[in-house]
Amino acid sequence: MVVTVNKIIPFSTVDGPGNRTAIFLQGCNMNCLYCHNPETRSKCVHCGTCVSSCPTGALSFEGQKVVYNSTKCIHCDRCINVCPHDSSPKTLDMTPEQVWQKVENQIPFIRGITVSGGECTLYPEFLTELFTLAQAHGLSTLIDSNGTLDFEQYPDLLAVTDGVMLDIKAGNSEEHKRVTGWDNSLVLKNARFLASKAKLYEVRTVVSPDLFDAEQTIIQTGDMLSGFLSLRPIRYKLISYRPMGVRQQYKDTLKIPAREQMEYYARLLAAKGFKDIIII
Amino acid sequence: MRDISMQRVNETRERILDIIKSPTLTHEQKVASLANAADSLLEVLDLPEGLDELMNVPEDKKCICDLNEGHAPLRPRYIIPDYAKFIKEGSRFLQLMPPADLYEALNSLLIFYKHVPSVTNFPVYLGQLDMLLEPFIQNVDDATAKKLLRGFLVHVDRTILDSFSHANIGPMPTRTGRLLLEVEAELMQAVPNLTLKYEEGVTDDDFAIQAVKTALRSAKPSFANHRMFRQELGENYVIASCYNGLPLGGGSYTLCRLILGNIAKRASGIEDFKTNQLPYVMDIMARYMDARIRFEVEESGFFENNFLAKEGFISRNRFTAMFGLVGLAECVNILLEKEGRPGRFGHDEYATELGESIIRQIYEFNEKHHNPYCEITGGHFLLHAQVGISEDKNISPGTRIPIGEEPDEMIDHLMVINHFHKYFPSGTGDIFPMDITVHQNPEYVLDIVKGSFRKELRYLSFYEKNSDVIRITGYLVKRSEIEKLKSGQNVLHDTTALGMGAAQNGKVLDRKVR
Repeated sequence: MVVTVNKIIPFSTVDGPGNRTAIFLQGCNMNCLYCHNPETRSKCVHCGTCVSSCPTGALSFEGQKVVYNSTKCIHCDRCINVCPHDSSPKTLDMTPEQVWQKVENQIPFIRGITVSGGECTLYPEFLTELFTLAQAHGLSTLIDSNGTLDFEQYPDLLAVTDGVMLDIKAGNSEEHKRVTGWDNSLVLKNARFLASKAKLYEVRTVVSPDLFDAEQTIIQTGDMLSGFLSLRPIRYKLISYRPMGVRQQYKDTLKIPAREQMEYYARLLAAKGFKDIIII
Repeated sequence: MRDISMQRVNETRERILDIIKSPTLTHEQKVASLANAADSLLEVLDLPEGLDELMNVPEDKKCICDLNEGHAPLRPRYIIPDYAKFIKEGSRFLQLMPPADLYEALNSLLIFYKHVPSVTNFPVYLGQLDMLLEPFIQNVDDATAKKLLRGFLVHVDRTILDSFSHANIGPMPTRTGRLLLEVEAELMQAVPNLTLKYEEGVTDDDFAIQAVKTALRSAKPSFANHRMFRQELGENYVIASCYNGLPLGGGSYTLCRLILGNIAKRASGIEDFKTNQLPYVMDIMARYMDARIRFEVEESGFFENNFLAKEGFISRNRFTAMFGLVGLAECVNILLEKEGRPGRFGHDEYATELGESIIRQIYEFNEKHHNPYCEITGGHFLLHAQVGISEDKNISPGTRIPIGEEPDEMIDHLMVINHFHKYFPSGTGDIFPMDITVHQNPEYVLDIVKGSFRKELRYLSFYEKNSDVIRITGYLVKRSEIEKLKSGQNVLHDTTALGMGAAQNGKVLDRKVR
C-alpha cells in the first residue's frame, strides 16, 4: 500500500511531547479557511505550472509527470505558492516500510512519531501498519486529525495509537460548516469516544475573532471533556490565527486575536479542570 | 636564562605603556596583561628544535599554538582543588575553620576562590556545588537558601571576571541542585559556567527538564555524559574551564594546540599529511609540552610552596596535560581539495572517515608518548578539542562543523559529530541554539541529550536563540555586554572581549537554529 507523503521532519519540537519524527501525508477532506499549509490539501495533477517557476531547475517534466530533484532545491517555496491546485511537486509515494526506514534513522534521538497532514486518517491502513512498526521498536505513536474518521470503527488502528491530537474547529455545527465545509457531529463524537478510551492526547482550537464563537466552542468542549480528565490528562492547545501560509483570498478577512483574549479562554478551561493549556 | 635582543625589550616596553594607557581595559585586566608582558621577556624553557618556525609565524602558517601560557609558567594552567576536603577540614593558610552552616560555607568558598590560580588568574573550577552545600541546606527554608545562593552567585559573577570559571552539579538530583538551577534561571549571568553531569537512569527526568529550562534562559547548564567521563577518568573527575574533563585534586599543567588546517597546507596530499607532516608537528608539540611541564614541576616551586599543594587540596601526581587541536574541518577540506576529491567536512561520508582517521592517529600518537609527570593518566596527555580563541580566522573549534555549513537536519549534524567525541576525555562539545518553540517542549532537548549520550556523544550545550547570555565557544558572554564593549565602554569580564572577537571572526552569532 502506498500513500503520498508531503514531507518528513526528522526532529520536530511542535508535534507532540518530546522529540518526534513528524510525517505529513498529502490530501485533506476539509477546506478550512485559515489552513496554513494549503499545499498539503490535494494531490499533484502534473499540470506543470511550477516547473517554469523553479529558479534552480529542481523541477522538470519526465513524460507527462513533474519530477522533483531534491539536491537542486533551495526550499524557496515558489512552486508551492504558484500551484493552482493546493498541492506540491515535492511529494513522494511511499509504503509504510519506506516511511519506517526514514523514521528509523532518528532512533535513539526520538521518543515517537506523529502523523499529520493533510488529513492522515484518510489512510487508516497505512497508519495501522506504520504504527505497528513504530511500537515494535519502542516508539510512541500520535495521530494529528480533523476528526472525520469514525475511530470507533477502527479498533486495530486504535490499538497501535498512543494518542490523538484532535482539532475542534467550532462547537456549533453551522459555524463548523462555514469554517471547514463539514458538519462537526463526527468530530465531537470522536472527541468523546477517544477521551473515554484515554486516547485523546490533545485538543486544539484555532481562534480568529468573528469567524466563529470561540468562547462558546471552548466552554462546550471543556464541559464535554472535563469528566474524562481523570482517565488521562488532556492538553488543550489554543492557537492564535496567524496569516503565515494562508491563501490570499482568505488572508484579508481573517483577524488575529489579542493575547488577553486567548488568556481569558485559557482561564475558562483552567476553571473546568484542564491543567495543561498552551497558547501559541 | 638566555639573553634577548634590546629591540624585543623595547617592543615590550611599548606594549606595557599601551596596556597602562588603554581606555577599555579595567584595572584588573591591566594588571594581568602587565604580568604577561613581564613573563614574555623570559627565555628559560628548553625548547625543541623546529618549534619556532611552527609557532612564532604569521597566523596562516602557525601549526602550534600555546594559548598565551607564557614563557615561564609559574603555575599549572588549570587547577582543580578538592573543595570537599576544604569544607571538611578548613585551611591553615587561609585561617578558616570548617564551616558550620550555609552562611559560613558560602563565605568560605568565596574566600577560597580568590586563592586559586590559573592561566587567567581566576579559578577555572568552583566545585561540585550541589554536593558541597547539600549538608548545610537541610535546616534552611527555600526562600532563605535561594537568597543566600543568589548573593553567592552574584558575588561570583562580579568578582570572578572570567567565564572559564566552571561549577558542576549532578548526576543525582538534590535540593541544592534544584535551587541553584532556579536561581541561575532568574539571574541569567555569564559566570559561572555550569555543567550537569547527566546519566540516564541516574539523573531523573524531572531534574534534567529543570536543567533544560534553565539552559534555555541562561545558556547553562551544559550536559556532560557522566557514564563516559566516569569510565575514562574515574568517579573523581570534574568539568572545568570550557568543558574540560580533569581529575579532582589535580588539573592540567598545560594546553597546547595543533592548528590542523595549517598543517594540512604543508602537505602535498593525504599520504604526506599522515606519514610526514602531522607526525612531525605532533612530536614537536609533545616535546614542547614536556618542557613546559618539566619547568612547572622541577623549577617553578609551585608544588612545594603553594598552600593548595601543601595542605593537600591538590596533589602533583593528579595533574595531567591536554593535547589540543583545532580546525579538523579545514584540515579535511584542504586535504580533499589537494586530492581533487569533491565533498566537504560535515556533508560527506568520506570526509567524516578521513576526519576520524586523523583524530585516531593523534589519539594513538598520544597513547605512545610518555611524560613522567602525567601518572594519573597512565603517563599520557589527554586529547582536547580546543574551542578556539578570538583571533582565530577560518579555524573551526576542535572537530566542529563550521558555522554556516551545518547540515540542514540536526540528526545529520549529530551523526557526524558522534564520530569524534569519544576521543576527547579532556573535553569536546557542540553547541545548539534552539528555536523559541522549545520553551513549550523542553522534553525535546532532553530526548536529544539521551539519544546523543547513547550514541557516545560527550558534551552538549543549548541556548534559546534570542537569549542575552549565549555560549560563544566554550564560555558564556552576554550579548548586551558585547554591545557595551563595542561602543568603547569598560566591561567587567575579560571574556566579553573574547566573545566580541569570536562573534566577528568566528561567526558565533550565526549558528544554525535547531
